Amino acid sequence: MRHVISILMENEAGALSRVAGLFSARGYNIESLTVAPTDDATLSRLTVVTRGSDEIVEQIVKQLNKLIDVVKVMDLSQYSHMEREMMFIKVGVEKNTACEAVKRLADIFRGNIIDVSDKTYTIELTGDRSKLDAFVNALKDYRIIEVVRSGSMGIARGEASLHI
Amino acid sequence: MELTGAEIFVECLKEEGVDTIFGYPGGAVLFLYDELYKQHDKINHILVRHEQGAVHAAEGYAKATNKPGVALVTSGPGATNAVTGIADAYLDSVPLVVFTGQVPRALIGNDAFQEVDIVGITRPCVKHNFLVTDVNDLATTIKKAFYIASTGRPGPVLVDIPKDITTARCEFHYPKEITMRSYNPTVKGNKRQVRRALDLMLEAKKPVLYTGGGVVLSGAAHQLTELAHELGFPITNTLMGLGGFPSMDKQFIGMLGMHGTYEANNAMHHADLVIAIGARFDDRVTGNIEKFCPYAKIIHVDIDPASISKNVKVDVPIVGDVKSVIIDMLEELRSRSERPDAAALAAWWQQIKEWQGADCLKYNQDVNAAIKAQFVVEKWWEVTNGDAYICSDVGQHQMWAAQYYKFSKPNRWINSGGLGTMGFGLPAAMGVQMAFPEETVACITGDGSIQMCIQELATCLQYHLPIKVISLNNGYLGMVRQWQEFFYQKRYAMSYMEALPDFVKLAEAYGHVGMRIEKVSDVEGALKEALALKDRLVFMDFITERENNVFPMVPAGAGQNEMILV
Repeated sequence: MRHVISILMENEAGALSRVAGLFSARGYNIESLTVAPTDDATLSRLTVVTRGSDEIVEQIVKQLNKLIDVVKVMDLSQYSHMEREMMFIKVGVEKNTACEAVKRLADIFRGNIIDVSDKTYTIELTGDRSKLDAFVNALKDYRIIEVVRSGSMGIARGEASLHI
Repeated sequence: MELTGAEIFVECLKEEGVDTIFGYPGGAVLFLYDELYKQHDKINHILVRHEQGAVHAAEGYAKATNKPGVALVTSGPGATNAVTGIADAYLDSVPLVVFTGQVPRALIGNDAFQEVDIVGITRPCVKHNFLVTDVNDLATTIKKAFYIASTGRPGPVLVDIPKDITTARCEFHYPKEITMRSYNPTVKGNKRQVRRALDLMLEAKKPVLYTGGGVVLSGAAHQLTELAHELGFPITNTLMGLGGFPSMDKQFIGMLGMHGTYEANNAMHHADLVIAIGARFDDRVTGNIEKFCPYAKIIHVDIDPASISKNVKVDVPIVGDVKSVIIDMLEELRSRSERPDAAALAAWWQQIKEWQGADCLKYNQDVNAAIKAQFVVEKWWEVTNGDAYICSDVGQHQMWAAQYYKFSKPNRWINSGGLGTMGFGLPAAMGVQMAFPEETVACITGDGSIQMCIQELATCLQYHLPIKVISLNNGYLGMVRQWQEFFYQKRYAMSYMEALPDFVKLAEAYGHVGMRIEKVSDVEGALKEALALKDRLVFMDFITERENNVFPMVPAGAGQNEMILV
């Protein structure tokens, strides 16, 4: 099963590689991994999306908690939660028909065209993973030049939260 | 007053009560060594002959004393040579603080002379590691290193110190205490879980106590003995747990696992309740996990939550320090009027006695035949009254030492269990002998293992360490050969030591006493003679039966009840 795991970690050099190293050393799967500092500059927040049986995910959470730099871990999949990912996608629009069609698709998916050149549109799109997949799929008849995805980040709904 | 980084380093060691460290100098740590030179009356530095030896010696010291062992090595090759010892300490949960020198900060990342990213290299095999980037952080970092190494599930912590940090200056202040928001090991077990465990223990008809290295690390041997006696349950130890319960006690049914006793493995297989304390269901214990303990509920006491339900699903998990939890269990037991089911226990013991009837550790020593390794270990146990510190290397001799030296006290059995590091024994024995200069310390080894850290014989001479080396020499890498005999149709690929040195001459060349013992009738006399040479290292090279096998054995893939007896 797919799990979204949020981690609060000391914002120290090497902290990220401890998490990444743990996943590779123990053979756990990483679908995506994002990391950035929080409002508290001493803390980083990581979101790892992984797949595994309940037993494996239980071990992942325990092993993460065992890392000295990890302050708190939350398996968001156990809560009602929201998940978003950001994507930049650069599409070739050399053909006249392409301009209109790509703009229309971007509107339908509520994406923003954030850069334009003679030959390209660059679209910014935010959503859950399946929405981004669907948008890429919708553009398959056009010339996709570049896709940049941030990986998922998540947050629990309501009062549940991951903080210290 | 401002101190240099090197001065702070030594002050911190003194604050931590460190009196002995093991190490090897080099460019990046010259200022640290210079300070150790000035303060040699405060800290005793043991110069090893290879950095691997320094870490194993620190491990031996730690395993015998339950205090953190300390090693100091230089950058680059000094640090990489220490990695095997660090990984060894990680797998056996040995409290260790390893200091490595690093190139000056300005050169880090420059492929400088003797530069390696040792923090990166060791990340998967340390409990934690640090690179010191500011001299103002040095004291706090060292405090944290000792705190992390010695609390919770102990383990190795590495502190990498760039050379320029050792000359930089700052005010020295050593924190008396440390709290870390990200690290708070649970010590006290959950009371409700303890009660649930007791419910199961009082209902059980076929219970087994299965205890491991956690009992030794937690200093809980005494409490465990009390608990076992009050319950009257059979008890088995893991390889790491030997000595955690007295082997001569009638409730002791021997070691379990791949080379455990027939009765211990069968008791586990047929048990209806397994009480695991400070043990981690290692694959050498469980055998085929699908066939492991098919009828048992499982209680698991461990300080590391990640050890619980890792290999085997547990019914009652208790996270906490083994000693604290056993004390709570005893209290709970004493507060209740019920006692274990005596009739069921009597029947269970009757069944265990039948398994004991197989006499699985029996061997036959013909006086005129070659010496059997088992016989040497058993005689050594006799002549030392079971009271020596036994350090072991890795292989057949290790298993024979575990099977035939009947440990009655904790911290006396010092071996490389998890990583299985050949070359561990001799340097570990140095660490133990440094901790306990008056005690008898032996290194039980083989002709393969001893050559992996043989250079430490020079260290033993320099510091007058009167270790008794018991080499069970069969001219083979015995455990490899045994597996090749059983599972590779006797194709002895590279398991034959074709050009062994003359160990007697080698020992003498290093300034020690060497003996070669070839006859059964000479074994006891040689051991006694070596023991009488109180102030000398004696290297006893026992020429033993060549193709002797370790029995009993659970073959790979088999269940615990599917042992090969002979």
